[in-house]
Amino acid sequence: MGMKRGLKVLAASALSLGLLAGCNASGGSGSSGGGSGKVIKIATQTPLSGGSATLGESIKLGAQLALEENKDKFDKLGYKLQLVPYDDQGDPKKGVANANIIGSDKAILGVVGHLNSGVSIPSSEVYEKYKVPMVSPANTATEVTDRGLKTVNRICARDDFQGPAGADYAINKLGAKKIFVVQDKTAYGTGLADAFKKAAEDAGAEVVGYEGITVGEKDFNGVLTQVLSKKPDLVFFGGLYTEGGQLIRQARDKGIDIPFMGGDGMDSSTLVEIAGDAVKNVYYTSVAADASKTSEGQAFSTKYKEKFNKNVESYSAYGYDSMSVLLKGLEAAIKGNDGKLPAREKVTEEVRKVQDFQGVVTKVGFDDKGDNKYAKVYIYKFSEPKYPGVQDGEISK
Amino acid sequence: MLADILHSLPQVLVDGLALGAIYAVIALGYTMVYGILELINFAHGEIFMTGAFIGVAMLILMTGMGWIASMPAILALILVLIATSILTGFMGVGIERLAYRPLRNSPKLITLISAIGVSFLLQDLVRFITEYKRGNYILTGPSMFTEKFTIKFSSLSSSFSDAFFKTSTLILVVAVVIMMIGLDFFVNKTKWGMAMRAVAQDRETASLMSINVNKVISLTFFIGSALGGATGVLFAVQYGTIDPYIGFILGLKAFTAAVLGGIGNIRGAMAGGIMLGLLEMFAASNLKLLTGGVFGAEYKDVFAFAILIVVLIFKPEGLFGKAVTEKV
Amino acid sequence: MQKLTSKLKGNKMAQVILLVLYVLVTSLSLYLAQASVTAFLLLLFSLLLLYYTDLSNRLKWVIAGVVLVGVIPFVASTGPSYQSYMEVATVVGIYVAMALGLNIVVGLAGLLDLGFVAFFAIGAYTYGIFATGQAANFMPFGTFPLSGGTFWIFILIGCFIAALFGILLGIPVLRVKGDYLAIVTLGFGEIIRIVFNNLDKPVNITNGAMGLASVQPPEIFGFQFIYPNQFYYIVLGILLFVILAVRRFEFSKIGRSWKAVRENEIAAQSMGIHLVRTKLLAFAIGASFSGMMGVVFAAKQTFVDPTSFTLLESITILVMVILGGMGSVPGVILGAAVVTILNLQVLTEVTNYLNQLNMDGVISFPEALAPAKMQRFIFGAILIIFAIYRPQGLIPAKNPVFDENALKEGAKNHRKEKITIDQDKGFQA
Repeated sequence: MGMKRGLKVLAASALSLGLLAGCNASGGSGSSGGGSGKVIKIATQTPLSGGSATLGESIKLGAQLALEENKDKFDKLGYKLQLVPYDDQGDPKKGVANANIIGSDKAILGVVGHLNSGVSIPSSEVYEKYKVPMVSPANTATEVTDRGLKTVNRICARDDFQGPAGADYAINKLGAKKIFVVQDKTAYGTGLADAFKKAAEDAGAEVVGYEGITVGEKDFNGVLTQVLSKKPDLVFFGGLYTEGGQLIRQARDKGIDIPFMGGDGMDSSTLVEIAGDAVKNVYYTSVAADASKTSEGQAFSTKYKEKFNKNVESYSAYGYDSMSVLLKGLEAAIKGNDGKLPAREKVTEEVRKVQDFQGVVTKVGFDDKGDNKYAKVYIYKFSEPKYPGVQDGEISK
Repeated sequence: MLADILHSLPQVLVDGLALGAIYAVIALGYTMVYGILELINFAHGEIFMTGAFIGVAMLILMTGMGWIASMPAILALILVLIATSILTGFMGVGIERLAYRPLRNSPKLITLISAIGVSFLLQDLVRFITEYKRGNYILTGPSMFTEKFTIKFSSLSSSFSDAFFKTSTLILVVAVVIMMIGLDFFVNKTKWGMAMRAVAQDRETASLMSINVNKVISLTFFIGSALGGATGVLFAVQYGTIDPYIGFILGLKAFTAAVLGGIGNIRGAMAGGIMLGLLEMFAASNLKLLTGGVFGAEYKDVFAFAILIVVLIFKPEGLFGKAVTEKV
Repeated sequence: MQKLTSKLKGNKMAQVILLVLYVLVTSLSLYLAQASVTAFLLLLFSLLLLYYTDLSNRLKWVIAGVVLVGVIPFVASTGPSYQSYMEVATVVGIYVAMALGLNIVVGLAGLLDLGFVAFFAIGAYTYGIFATGQAANFMPFGTFPLSGGTFWIFILIGCFIAALFGILLGIPVLRVKGDYLAIVTLGFGEIIRIVFNNLDKPVNITNGAMGLASVQPPEIFGFQFIYPNQFYYIVLGILLFVILAVRRFEFSKIGRSWKAVRENEIAAQSMGIHLVRTKLLAFAIGASFSGMMGVVFAAKQTFVDPTSFTLLESITILVMVILGGMGSVPGVILGAAVVTILNLQVLTEVTNYLNQLNMDGVISFPEALAPAKMQRFIFGAILIIFAIYRPQGLIPAKNPVFDENALKEGAKNHRKEKITIDQDKGFQA
């Protein structure tokens, strides 16, 4: 029995030590910066694994690009910039746990994140406690900034701006009178679809159906049968491109040839890949201007492609701009502090103070809630199966 | 209200049949393994998923080399189906050999846990390989068999609407029917099928009757996994896009179907699958109408699971299963 | 090594000295190293060492209490990573309680439950709804949100409501067995999650997918609990209660009935065990632990939404139970701690470390292989390896073996009520 017990202890300790071995180095890496001067870390927190990893990844890569471009500037100021990407897995629990790690690491002076509003809301409560400024590239839920947290900023449009903008376009430009709304029952989809529905009803259109689908499924024929029998002139989908692409594809198979419309969650090349030819006559609203139209945008796309060997996604540009804004605030804070390392409160203030910053795809200026004053909504249309769609309209506040 | 339901019924039936056919074949895999080992092979949904990925990879490869263009599409599909089912069949045998056979005399719970482990492992493996190769684990296959058909139900009676479907739906249903008839024939009419039934009934006695139990179990896994893998390919052709997590939800539903029909019963699984597909599609299209707008399509899974629970409460052996009195 | 262990065995003094030394060294390194995950984990590891000492149970409890209440928070508090350690420790506590609850259902009563997270969700929503303005949507009276002072009552309410649902779920259990049960519970878990995700209409009860934000923090005598280190003590308190309760149950009449039902239902029934009541009790008690922790989770997180309660979560809790050892209380505690820390801290840190190396150009590995993404792979591998090579878990369950002669003697002289169990040899591994 003594043997057995010894074995057990051994087994248990071997296991634990195995776990430890990995983090041994990482534990100490907090202080090891080396290079030129002090280390300033900027974290990203997006889902890097799980269902929406593609989007989270593109935000991270965009942010990484912006950070690396700014490295030299900060080297001159005497600081070494470092990116720490965290994976929130789209899970609020994980997000909060990571937020606590981020808050505890004094070298981290800002966060770019998250993708999901559901993760962003609880995590930002933690950032607020530690005064870490957060710039969100993708959270459109109204609740994110409506809580009046000092640290929370976003460069994208709110649901109650994007939804109505879409509704306005659908009704006035496309002449839709009967609209069918489908949403994916996530915080993003619900928020957007509800905002759209309300605006559409206020503008006098009739919402003939309002249905939910399940994320992760592939067969949406049940809901489409309803669309078929309700005979609307437009279908609005609040959700992401994976489900959106399937929905459009299956709708076209059923002979539903009316226009489809979606939000910035549909703004992805994968949508075209999934839907193929069916993507014709699909509209989407996006806060990003067409990157291929401006020279900065083109330069960004080439750099991105060169560096990561991946095509630019809409969220990569948001990620890029979020990081740029954050770094601009950081730079201002350092300069305002005579080149000394600023306190987090100072960075938070400076980030909020950013006005008239011209990013690759959007102009950024925060109002007192942290919403972007210049957030515009652009309407894109796919007339052929090619990403991105053609810019078809532009709505500002 | 009834008129509305009736109106959309043809479309619901067509779509429900397509979905139900997929459930049915996956349910077969669950039910065969359960019948013979009394084990819920949780990894079966993942075998289906892996089959879908293998199939799509082959199709993409063949398109890239220009083979698809040089032969009739249906021939290409049949080739891919056969190749995929052989591969997934062996995969199933391998999984049984490595993860289940060492546990054959352990408590059932332990084997089940091993099965859940295999399922997770496969999900991540497929994700990793696809992401590594393509930078994105959502895979879209070449689009095939997209000609549309319309059945003119409206000419039958004006209270019906027309039903739309694609060639791929037709291929799916036909292939599934062939698979099911083939399996039924195999199990009921051949020597190996008889051996399978014997092992399912009593493993020890069967071994006394000079049946090689291990071989029969391997064969069961081979057939179940091959069917699952082939269904994966059909699924990918029908729905176009696949990701490594499709197996889990679909497997869950298919298992529900197997239980609904009476687990261990092959014909029951077929019926249960088709029934679940139809029910689900019906719920997705009509729940809002039936409940006066209170519950929508998002409750369709609740509806499916609730039916399962009700069936199990009143007929624990499933709709077509035989009640077994426990031996003391 | 063998000599060393055999020498150590039985020598309590040496064990105590070694343990104290260990705790001292690790706390010192944590104290000095500031942000060292390793030191923190090693310090936690001391509890496991403590478990393997030959000290009396009472002494073990006291030492564990001192380490958990005093040493760990104090030593960690000096470093900058204080709150993140406490956050991890708090989450570990929450999962330990849940795993202990599931252990009753799966480990002791042998009922495979694949929807266990539903009870956690019920607890979380119970507090979440009333501690935000949400309840005002359907409650005709009262002002909402309720103050944080009600948190303490809600721990009890969450416990009871979860237990109630446990019984509701238990009712189909009376009819179905084994694998059918697994699928019924799984269905139940999914139903609960989908319903919570959709109950924003016709009456807005759960706020659907948008979730409940800004949940009131707990409050007592005007003191608000906001930071993880404060929640740590709440969790610790509840955990202590849960562990004591589980230990009591395990060796009581009901605990023995559970095990009897697990081993053979028919035999148990014929021995006069009331099957229905025994099973329902297992479900109710298991669920109630989860419900309590759900309330704490809602308050700690200040946000409740349905994405926290997926099937994967149920399976994760099951992994904890299996890894630790089904039916074994210390095992399950260890299992829950290992899985949670692995998931929250170790995988994240290792990934960050590798990422850093990758970005600095030291090594290059594909993004697809990042350890944090491999969570399912790692869990899957753990499950298979443990199922095949160590189905009894890290710390296997022990059953007290009674000395037959002593029992007989005890029956003879009625005055000697207490039956002596040979502590040392009585337990079989």
